[in-house]
Parts: sequence; C-alpha cells; structure tokens
Amino acid sequence: MDAAAALARLREISSQVRSAVIFERGGKVIGSTFADEQRAKDVAGEAEALLTEAEGQRGAADGPAEFAQLEVALHGGSVFVVRDGDRLIAATTQPEPTVGLVFYDLKSSLRDLDTAPTPKKRAAPARRKPSTGAKKTDAKP
Amino acid sequence: MRSRNVLTGVFLGAGSVAGTLLFRRRLARRRERVDVYFGDGSMVSLARPADADPLLRRARRILELAG
Repeated sequence: MDAAAALARLREISSQVRSAVIFERGGKVIGSTFADEQRAKDVAGEAEALLTEAEGQRGAADGPAEFAQLEVALHGGSVFVVRDGDRLIAATTQPEPTVGLVFYDLKSSLRDLDTAPTPKKRAAPARRKPSTGAKKTDAKP
Repeated sequence: MRSRNVLTGVFLGAGSVAGTLLFRRRLARRRERVDVYFGDGSMVSLARPADADPLLRRARRILELAG
C-alpha cells in the first residue's frame, strides 16, 4: 500500500485523527493529508524536532533506548508521533482522544506501508540478439 | 428508622468520594502533558513546566500548522 492509500485508510478508520504526515528522519515527506506540500514539510520538521527533544528527556542513567511513540496533550488537541523502523508518522487529533486507539491506528498505518509494498515495475525484457544461425557446440577440436 | 439514616449517610459519603475521584481524574487528564514511550517498554511522562514547556511549544506549533 502506498502512503496516500495508507493515509486515506487512516482517516477512514479513525475519526479522531485530523491530519497526518508520514516521513523519514531527515525530513523526507512520504505522504500527508495536507494539500500544501510545504505545510507537510514544516509539520514533519517540527515533529522531528519534537521527538529529538523527547529522546533527550530520558535520563542518562536509564541507558539508551529507541524512541517508540509520544503523545503531547494540549487543550486545543493532541499531537502524536509514532515510529516504525525508519518511518515516522505525526498526527494531530481533537482534544482528549482515545490515546490507545490512536496509537494503534497510527502504527497500523505505518505497517500497512511495509506489509504490502507497491509492486515494482518489471524491467523491460532484454532484447535478444539476432540469431546468427550458428550453434554453440561443446565439441572440442 | 435510624439504620435507614445511617445507610443514606453511607451512600452519600460513598457518592461524594466517587465524585471527587472522577473530578480529579478528569482534571488530571485535561492538564497539558507529554508522554514519551521507548522501545524497551519504558515511559516518561512530563508535566512539570520546566521539562514539558519546550515540547509543548513545539506541539502547539504543529497544531497551528495543521490548522
């Protein structure tokens, strides 16, 4: 499933999600619910900065651990960032969402991208060389 | 008659305790906070302004951008 299809499915199954961006670390946007590409890039950039700051909140004594997901609850709504492998999804929701459900839906969307990848286009078959008519033989002189 | 009054008192007391608990729980949920989950199953919840403010600012910016 490609990013557009995964996001369309996300909006279909989760009425709580208002907007979402799928991206990779470094800011490469894979897909978003925004019509404006620049806005999607800005949201991805802010989300990446958010998770970098969140990772820094883990105490040094706790040892290193990979970021998995986060929720920032605000009065005006919530912001979610979920990671699955190299891919991340940032989403905004209405205030007081059903947190567990939103995390599940976002993770499912990221996994949809991996479980059913878009089939690659087959390379055009190599042209056969015109037959010279001479057959190879293993016969030794 | 007296046992009925005691029973009413017990019900009123239990009801007010339950109401207070629900109110406090709802109030806590409404507080702005950041919950970060890590791959090893650990979770950090930031509610103190000193810790949470930088992340809350970024999240507000995301909500603004998202419209």
